Amino acid sequence: MLFYSFFKSLVGKDVVIELKNDLSITGTLHSVDQYLNVKLTEVQVLDPEKYPHIQSVTSAFVRGSVIRYIQLPPDDVDTQLLQEATRKEVTQPRKE
Amino acid sequence: MAQVLDSYINKSVNIVTSDGRIIIGILRGFDQAINIILDDSHERVFSATDGVEQVLLGLYIIRGDNVALIGEIDEELEKNIDFSSIHADPLRAVKT
Repeated sequence: MLFYSFFKSLVGKDVVIELKNDLSITGTLHSVDQYLNVKLTEVQVLDPEKYPHIQSVTSAFVRGSVIRYIQLPPDDVDTQLLQEATRKEVTQPRKE
Repeated sequence: MAQVLDSYINKSVNIVTSDGRIIIGILRGFDQAINIILDDSHERVFSATDGVEQVLLGLYIIRGDNVALIGEIDEELEKNIDFSSIHADPLRAVKT
């Protein structure tokens, strides 16, 4: 649940999503769910010459299972805080 | 949590499947596993040598496992695309 919460804190920011079929799209993070399915608005394909397949798409829902990377805006991520939070999740048994 | 797809209901959507196919249709329904009901659907077959070929499919149900991306189609952008002049390799399959 940590990364779900983490991505929720990035809603409204611009991200680049690389899919497992090598297609990269950029857009504004609109929402994310527990499976890390992601919805983007203002979608653009990074290499439209090579990938004209979804050129008329402006808003897209990407299934979490096909995402390889999500590139984040570095200024909006507190890596120190994130690392502490991941450690906490490992050492503290989750409350039921 | 997949309610984010509500905004695509009864709209023209572009589905990218995990085997790299592009299927266009009207989104009639979906569930939490991202199983999808598509009405009036057709496949767009991309080719590096010929233009885009459209294959009529009709009413389709796509199992959620095979869905990679669901894009909302901007009808204005869509109208101005000359599919006969698009030459591109088909999308690769999503590596699992």
